[in-house]
Amino acid sequence: MHPAAIEAMVVELGRTGNASSLHDAGRAARRVVEESRELLAARLGARPSEVILTAGGTEADNLAVKGIFWARRAERSDRTRVLVSAVEHHAVLDPAAWLAEHEGAEVVLLPVDRSGCVELGALQAELAAHGDRTALLSLMWANNEVGTVQPVHEAVELAHAAGVPVHVDAVQAVGQLEVEFAALGADAMTVSGHKLGGPVGVGALVARRDVPLVPVLHGGGQERGVRSGTVDVASARAFAVAVDHAVTERPAFAARVASLRDELVAGIVRAVPDALPQGAGVAGRGGERLPANAHVVFPGCEGDSLLFLLDSHGVRCSTGSACRAGVPQPSHVLLACGVPAQEARGALRLSLGRTTSRADVERVVGVIAEVVERARAAG
Amino acid sequence: MRVLAALSGGVDSAVAAARAVDAGHDVVGVHMALSRSRAEFRTGSRGCCSIEDAGDARRAADVLGIPYYVWDLSERFEETVVADFLSEYQAGRTPNPCVRCNEHIKFEALMDKALALGFDAVCTGHYAQVRIAADGTRSLHRSADLAKDQSYVLAVMGRERLARSMFPLGDVRTKDEVRGEAATRGLSVSAKPDSYDICFVADGDTRGFLRDRLGERPGPVVDVEGRVVGEHQGAYGFTVGQRKGLGLARPADDGRPRYVVDVSAATNTVVVGPAELLTVRAVHGQDAVWLADDGLDGRPFDCHAQLRAHGAPVPAIVTRTGGPGVRVEVPAGVRGVAAGQSVVLYDEDRVLGQATITGTDR
Repeated sequence: MHPAAIEAMVVELGRTGNASSLHDAGRAARRVVEESRELLAARLGARPSEVILTAGGTEADNLAVKGIFWARRAERSDRTRVLVSAVEHHAVLDPAAWLAEHEGAEVVLLPVDRSGCVELGALQAELAAHGDRTALLSLMWANNEVGTVQPVHEAVELAHAAGVPVHVDAVQAVGQLEVEFAALGADAMTVSGHKLGGPVGVGALVARRDVPLVPVLHGGGQERGVRSGTVDVASARAFAVAVDHAVTERPAFAARVASLRDELVAGIVRAVPDALPQGAGVAGRGGERLPANAHVVFPGCEGDSLLFLLDSHGVRCSTGSACRAGVPQPSHVLLACGVPAQEARGALRLSLGRTTSRADVERVVGVIAEVVERARAAG
Repeated sequence: MRVLAALSGGVDSAVAAARAVDAGHDVVGVHMALSRSRAEFRTGSRGCCSIEDAGDARRAADVLGIPYYVWDLSERFEETVVADFLSEYQAGRTPNPCVRCNEHIKFEALMDKALALGFDAVCTGHYAQVRIAADGTRSLHRSADLAKDQSYVLAVMGRERLARSMFPLGDVRTKDEVRGEAATRGLSVSAKPDSYDICFVADGDTRGFLRDRLGERPGPVVDVEGRVVGEHQGAYGFTVGQRKGLGLARPADDGRPRYVVDVSAATNTVVVGPAELLTVRAVHGQDAVWLADDGLDGRPFDCHAQLRAHGAPVPAIVTRTGGPGVRVEVPAGVRGVAAGQSVVLYDEDRVLGQATITGTDR
């Protein structure tokens, strides 16, 4: 967590007060919540009334996908199509799949190209053929695994031309890319606290006032009736402080980590010539990628062997694939990008952060050849 | 040493790993995922492969402060242990899947990968002891707690693998000692029940599992004179020595209980007969694995033979019959020996070697 966010959180944890109460402690708490909301809105290019606080990105994604689907289908019963890209986070894919299984939704997985970028032509064709029966489009701003930035502005334009509301999962984007909700024009946008130096367990769905939303959580009617539950004052404050820092510091941070990231990828490819960098903006592919993300496939390796060997060299990274009961599965993102399942097993995602230094990059580059050789031998 | 501790999610492997940490080793915990569909294998109290068990293993690793990984060995497990289990039953034999798992998974797939990644040894919660002689040779011995001894299912690993194995629970006197130690160490699995049955047979119903996987194959149950005395739904569901569940309509002529004395896969026939036909005086074994040098000169040698898991050892005279073959004479006779089981040879508590039983002489 960002030190300023920790400090803000500790201050608020020491106070009492339910932001929904009328007494003075309640009023004080409410003021903190509303000021936090205003700060979040200011930094995200939204209006305060558009910020719905949630307990994290997953909840915000569920609220957007299910809430918009239910509301739009209530307006027209045959409006059951849900468009999502094939590389969405599971917090979007799984609610969509749930709607298909339990609510009669028809989920359309929009194809992506080799870099993981959604095919706008496919989106256009879908909208042209079935726009009137489409409940929503959900498209992430940037992919969490391979780092590819999606053409969200173009997608919003296409969808709106067909009268289809758009949800954008911006969890990875805030703090790395310039994020302006109003300029984007989307109907709803997910933001999460812990990805940008805030606490775990808090996030927001930024949603235009005119977007139809059926609540997922019912109860006391907080957060304009869409998200019931006593508002977590301390988390809201720390979240806002973290977003404030992440957005303000973004230009310098993005420039610094992008250059370190480029050194990292170049160094890895020098050390392991058959390594395959994934996503946009590498290996001769065009497009934009997240500055703090590097994703490389090492053919012939098991991701968990790489992980283990790097960990023993003090390098912490992730295999870039989802686990099912602890067992690594080939990533749905890589498979959608057309990476063969066997190759996808050797995927490694290296994320850079505020504290990442050139020495860290040099350490990875220094050990990667030996690590890959050993992992290959282990099969 | 760099030690890989196999963590099943049970109390034994957790305490074994803890002891390896105490001994000053650099320990990493690994849980093996053996089922391709993880909810399929039994859950909770009786298993070793469920999601709950993986969670318990992770929790134990966290308490011990060691790294934790899950390795997916489910494909190998299906190809070796489960496939062998099915084909052995299909061939009229009675396999021991724990022996095959130790042979192909724990002390092969897991160990090979561990060694390739730079580990020096694999540590498990098995009850057995490894002793190192003055000249550095290692021998495998029964555990101090004979009731929990697992040397029978470990003998198959052979000498090279033994040199890379670590069984920190070998000197434990009772299981309660392990549970007490787990509780003292703050391991939440201290009161978890033991697992007994076959981990991939979800409800403990082996015959039902075989029927699901192999299909029903009705055939005759005959007596030793060849007279049909009943019908079965698949000869693979029967084991030599079995008395219950034969479903015979007519009692034997002499009114005495009847047992399965032979299972013929070729003719899909189950043969039943009186108890005395179960007594065998010699056993043939194949695929012998030796942990000691006894009998290398070709001369028969005396030892004790154990012919099934938890069976009592009986005095035996063993002859190596060339290559991986072995003949084990049991002068006093022994009952209920099924092909497919292991015969493990002991000198007192030391394991000499083992072979898979292929046939018997009465």
